[in-house]
Amino acid sequence: MLLSQLPVGKTGEVVAITCSGLVRRRLLDLGLVPGTKIRTLRQSPGGDPLAFNIRGAVIALRLDTASHVKIRSLD
Amino acid sequence: MKGQPLQPLLRFGIEDADSPVVALAGNPNTGKTTIFNALTGLNQHTGNWPGKTVVQARGKYCYGGQEVILVDLPGTYSLLANSVEEQIARDFIYFGRPDATIVVADATCLERNLNLLLQVVEITPLVILCINLIDEARRKLIKIDFARLAERLGIPVVPASARTGEGLELLKKTVQDMISGKLKPSPKPIIYDGEVEGALHQILPEIKGILGDDATSRWLALRLLEGDETVLEGIQHYLLTDPPARLEEVFV
Ligand SMILES: Nc1nc2c(ncn2[C@@H]2O[C@H](COP(=O)(O)OP(=O)(O)O)[C@@H](O)[C@H]2O)c(=O)[nH]1
Ligand SMILES: [Mg+2]
Repeated sequence: MLLSQLPVGKTGEVVAITCSGLVRRRLLDLGLVPGTKIRTLRQSPGGDPLAFNIRGAVIALRLDTASHVKIRSLD
Repeated sequence: MKGQPLQPLLRFGIEDADSPVVALAGNPNTGKTTIFNALTGLNQHTGNWPGKTVVQARGKYCYGGQEVILVDLPGTYSLLANSVEEQIARDFIYFGRPDATIVVADATCLERNLNLLLQVVEITPLVILCINLIDEARRKLIKIDFARLAERLGIPVVPASARTGEGLELLKKTVQDMISGKLKPSPKPIIYDGEVEGALHQILPEIKGILGDDATSRWLALRLLEGDETVLEGIQHYLLTDPPARLEEVFV
């Protein structure tokens, strides 16, 4: 599944980053390397962006950015 | 490139650069501002980064009779100039040539902080890793082998708890030793795979020919390989009055 589809309160694990270039690099810099656990914390009123816990920091990602992250669900 | 008539620090709004300049970098919420306040006290000044709407805080402190100018950089996860904040932090560390850069890391999630540290170390060896919030780490029963980390990274590591002031004396002393040249870090270079190293090998002589045989040419070459145009803007703005056309040719 995609990170953009991970429901609030659920945890997943990064499988792959499916884009290239600067967006890929930015996602990696935020700590989203394969194997990283990630949890959806909340969703803003409009549904976009989503807030995640990534390696101990709260980070907001837009849905289209989060859709470049392939994950597997851990719950 | 220090000592050239062109003074990059002036372009960052820093005029009294006779004293050594030390930058505070790190992820957001690692305690940079707390450390900045603890070291400088009321001796600080806030304005904007020239031409930007981002706040610049700088201050002074004295240690062992030496005045030090401290600059609190915007908190970032990366130095790839994805945002104004990242560009300011990166430009300051690369073009501003601070005499030392303190990377402040959160002891409770150290791993995530080390990515930025490696990016800074790739720019300059004059780096001190300050592992802050060790009180929180203790509470969470997180144990960190500071000596081993220092040895593996090849730079000094200072544990601290900025809220209580623990470790800040050692931080000032470490900064002093770096400024005076007593402490010469030798971080391990980051070696990329053959394809990248090969490409670097091809363009490095060209870059060194333009900018002088400079240890930081490697970092610049990496950015040019990545196709990072903001770095060209930086060169134009901070280093050259009249940028040679050849640099554009190296740009791929
Ligand atoms: N427990 C603890 N909290 C700290 C420490 N240093 C900073 N903080 C707190 O962490 C939060 C973020 O600090 P701040 O200096 O604003 O971080 P910055 O974003 O890196 O500038 C604030 O609430 C600080 O009071 C520390 O050593 N221990
Ligand atoms: Mg701050």
